[in-house]
Amino acid sequence: MKIMVAIKQVPDRDAQVRINASAKWIEESDLQYALNESDAYALEEGLQLKEKHGGEVIVVSAGPERVGSTIREALAKGADRAIHIVCDDIGERDALSVARLLAAAMKPESPDLVLTGLQSEDLGLGQTGVIVAELLGMPHASLILQVEKTETGVTVKQELEEGWFQTIELPTPAVLTIQSGGNKLRYATLMGIKRAKTKEVRQLTATELAVDAAPVVVLERITLPKKQKSTQMLSGTAAEAAAALVQKLKFEVHVL
Amino acid sequence: MSGILVIQEERGQGRNRFSYEALAAGRILAGLTGLSLETAVVGDKNTPILAETSGVPPMTAYAVQHPQLKHYTSDGYVLAFEQLIRKLQPAFIVVPHSYQSRDYVPRVATRFGQVLISDITGIETGPTFVRQLFQGRMNGSYRHPGDGPCFLSVQAGAFQVDSAQGGTTTILPFEPEIPADAVRARPGEPFRGSSETVDLGSAQRIVSVGRGIKSAENISLVQELATSLGAELAASRPICDNGWVPMERQVGSSGQTVSPKLYLAVGISGAIQHLVGMKGSQCIVAINKDPDAPIFEVADYGIVGDLFEVVPALTEAVKGAGH
Repeated sequence: MKIMVAIKQVPDRDAQVRINASAKWIEESDLQYALNESDAYALEEGLQLKEKHGGEVIVVSAGPERVGSTIREALAKGADRAIHIVCDDIGERDALSVARLLAAAMKPESPDLVLTGLQSEDLGLGQTGVIVAELLGMPHASLILQVEKTETGVTVKQELEEGWFQTIELPTPAVLTIQSGGNKLRYATLMGIKRAKTKEVRQLTATELAVDAAPVVVLERITLPKKQKSTQMLSGTAAEAAAALVQKLKFEVHVL
Repeated sequence: MSGILVIQEERGQGRNRFSYEALAAGRILAGLTGLSLETAVVGDKNTPILAETSGVPPMTAYAVQHPQLKHYTSDGYVLAFEQLIRKLQPAFIVVPHSYQSRDYVPRVATRFGQVLISDITGIETGPTFVRQLFQGRMNGSYRHPGDGPCFLSVQAGAFQVDSAQGGTTTILPFEPEIPADAVRARPGEPFRGSSETVDLGSAQRIVSVGRGIKSAENISLVQELATSLGAELAASRPICDNGWVPMERQVGSSGQTVSPKLYLAVGISGAIQHLVGMKGSQCIVAINKDPDAPIFEVADYGIVGDLFEVVPALTEAVKGAGH
């Protein structure tokens, strides 16, 4: 099975994000980055399928040079090789343009299965994988927790809402967007980290892939959210704040 | 380019609120642009959502029918709505942000060279569309400057369902062409997760724990607080993904929706997927080390601090209060 996993580097979830001077994006200097969480689960699913059925796991990621560190992390966890679509204007591209980059890099590889996380932690558009499926002309299923290989394709467990699930049979090649929590994530071993240094990372550019950046939708500005409620902040030491809260819950909320 | 097409989803009795909210968003957009409103749903003319009058102004409704649409599949829905959109040529397409719409609408949009502006929480003059970024830490304003239809999905709970207005709805059938071999997926019947036994929906008090708790061993700290308050323990998705708290105690868009008298969020940053499951709570208390955490935007009371100090102190204070 030839499995391609599209991964995204996103600001670390504990990083303090600040709006930059243009008010169109965040301040990127000094920002810590990490592998997008649901993409980590997509990678894990890919690695487990390869361990069961053999084949190859190729990670694909688009973004500036810094993305290289996230690609190395995926290789250290066990991916066989990688394609880095080097583009500095990733922030100006919309989901369609990014999906076009990914699809153009994947197409010549003729993968049996394309996996990616269901949505990114930064933009949260939740559609890149589905668009890639359309661009590659493959069937897809989204919000997937489990994947079983069958004779003609895959059987997947899809998460619906409110605790409901569904099983779907799909012919391959196919695209699956992976929900977090379906597997236990592995850590890179020391040996893995060492091996990753020798694995192939092929660099491609948007120009080589013939994908322009012209967006259909434009992120005009970003702002801090407005408060929906007026919050009473309770200060002091832990004990003081706790005592104050108990008073509030007793005499203002009447819940104690 | 004519009007605004709101695609509704028939979910069964009492479960169609997301579609009404999408209609409400469509109506706001109609007010800003002067465009007319139309709606469509998969089903025949007797589909309940077409007959329900809640918030439905005079307009045209399309009952989209085909034997291949009996069960939801991405391929079937993509073909059906691609054809309806080509026929109607709407300027805007508005859908509820659901597992179903996020599965097929991006594919439809791609066929028009468009991108879905997903999960919007507001519509402003322009029109510009507001949606959350960075797990709710920022808002982004999006514009659709080009030609071609603009695709929007509407976040659950973001738009108020307005009351019914008089008038009648003309229901027209629409029968798309879906070749027998066009649907590639074979969906099975939906089933419930086997361990779905805890009904948090009726709990009066809930103590909920998030990533800030750091490890499985620390869950007991929060459990003690819950016990002292006579509260149910709940958690955000990552905690359940890790198996630290059972999946059936998850609150949020992929778990349960709760509205207790007291919701105490410990170490939960407040990503939108969590907020949609608990923002209807009567009193929300947030304990978090990050003063900018989005959870404080919906909290009635907040404590900025180290949960490993605050939670034990609170457990003591609750016990001391004789509860």
